[in-house]
Amino acid sequence: MKVIMEKDLLRANTDQAEQNRELFNKNNVSVINMISSPGSGKTTLLEKSADSLRDYNIGVVVGDLYTARDAERIEKAGLHAVQVNTEGMCHLNSSMVARAVKELPLEQLDLLFIENVGNLVCPVNFDLGEHTRVAVLSITEGIDKPSKYPGIFRDAGTTVINKIDLLPHLDFDLDTCINEIKQINTGTNIFVTSTTTKEGLDEWCSWLKSITKGNGQEA
Amino acid sequence: MHELSLIQNLMEIVNESAAENDITQVHKVKLVIGESHGALPDALDFAFQILTENTICAGAVLEVEKKPVIIKCKDCNAEFKPEGISYRCTACSSMNVKQISGRELYIDYYEGD
Repeated sequence: MKVIMEKDLLRANTDQAEQNRELFNKNNVSVINMISSPGSGKTTLLEKSADSLRDYNIGVVVGDLYTARDAERIEKAGLHAVQVNTEGMCHLNSSMVARAVKELPLEQLDLLFIENVGNLVCPVNFDLGEHTRVAVLSITEGIDKPSKYPGIFRDAGTTVINKIDLLPHLDFDLDTCINEIKQINTGTNIFVTSTTTKEGLDEWCSWLKSITKGNGQEA
Repeated sequence: MHELSLIQNLMEIVNESAAENDITQVHKVKLVIGESHGALPDALDFAFQILTENTICAGAVLEVEKKPVIIKCKDCNAEFKPEGISYRCTACSSMNVKQISGRELYIDYYEGD
């Protein structure tokens, strides 16, 4: 007996993601899914942005395989944080996010970051209910990451090129990198930042403030 | 990629449907997967072998059909396979494009008794 199905393998994830998005919309909170390699500086970027965003209520769901270190750092910076340990899984999925946000005062939040598990491949396929995606690329990873892992750069409404203070020490051509990202995704917003020198943080934070009105749908 | 979790999802869907259809042994499952997902057929097959042990799918064949990435230009309507990383239209150079194939990820059918 042959049973024709045409059933989407990620349907369960997508359905839950839609429910998450509805919940976020109802609470008027803009949600950003941050995707990068491990060690690109996502957590530090959020810590250093906290000061400029102190007039806003911000939550962070932090995904890591193990430990609650990132959530502890983020709480110290004055943001609401929930850690999700995937215990080996390479990405967050929408039901993990649904559980995690129950621990946050969603109705008070203006902005919610979902700091995905450090991985440029798997998180791309899992809608979490976010309004926009931000790819973070640190220049120590090398110039070829966008070409090697185009999926995330194609999906990201915004790309942050981080650790730019290290530029003098590296063989990294910023213009070439930006051109490659633009080849993959002409529409992406690009910020060039350093959490050490604070370069670019004002622009990044202004953009974050701009998307807190209207649920981030511009991206 | 996350081949194991994909196959786990596949097993859940097939098990549920098989129970509804009084099927106790599955012989074949046909999966359609777009190249955008970057899933490796060998890894899918390996995950399938491992996860189907002692289930109604034990010994079944997993057939994987890969769908190529195809882009359609919204300006000149050309359809093309992208060259390299850029999805720029190969006919008119426009970036006003959409992907029409390569994102599939579904069970087409399964066979069993």
